[in-house]
Amino acid sequence: MTPLDIVLAALGLAMLVAVVRLIAGPTDADRAVAVDYGFFVTVAVLAVLAVRLDERSLLDLVLVATLVGFLATVALARLVQRRSR
Amino acid sequence: MTPATVVAGALLATGAALMAVAALGLVRLPDVYHRMNAVAKAASLGLVCVLLGVLVLMPSWRNAAVIGAAVLLQLFTAPVGGFALARAAYRAGAPLARITCYDRLAGPAAGGPGGPPSGPPDQEEDDG
Repeated sequence: MTPLDIVLAALGLAMLVAVVRLIAGPTDADRAVAVDYGFFVTVAVLAVLAVRLDERSLLDLVLVATLVGFLATVALARLVQRRSR
Repeated sequence: MTPATVVAGALLATGAALMAVAALGLVRLPDVYHRMNAVAKAASLGLVCVLLGVLVLMPSWRNAAVIGAAVLLQLFTAPVGGFALARAAYRAGAPLARITCYDRLAGPAAGGPGGPPSGPPDQEEDDG
């Protein structure tokens, strides 16, 4: 059990919390926030796994996921806003 | 344990702790705007700390370029994304928590929930 495994376990619990909010969220915006947070957790897990598995190419995935996560958040914001009309 | 391992461990622990704080806020805070605040600040800072810790563990110029670009993008885009989501939530009429004291966007042109939140500030939900 390395420290990296502990970090991964903590991030897994955080992802569980995001799923709970995704299911329970009273409004669409809550669900969008939960998805946003889940994306942050996913990117962090990718970065830790790059060290854990000694797989350097996962860091490129982190860079791409950062960009895609921003676009996804903005697109979700537009969807949340449009659905209310 | 080399000094680099200690620094990386501290950065990773800080990042995981910030992520945990964001998760706590996502569960405990009363309304969507508070939750968005937790995600946009704590989670993005936690992610930046985790990325810097990974960079200390895998030091090379290539990794430094990739992670530096990712950190810069994260620091620039996380507030913008949070702002866009919060504005969309307000326009979609997401209810404000009862402890909200000011609603400067309220008005005829905003199209939000409108009006100050009813009832006095409720201290019970203040402990998120």
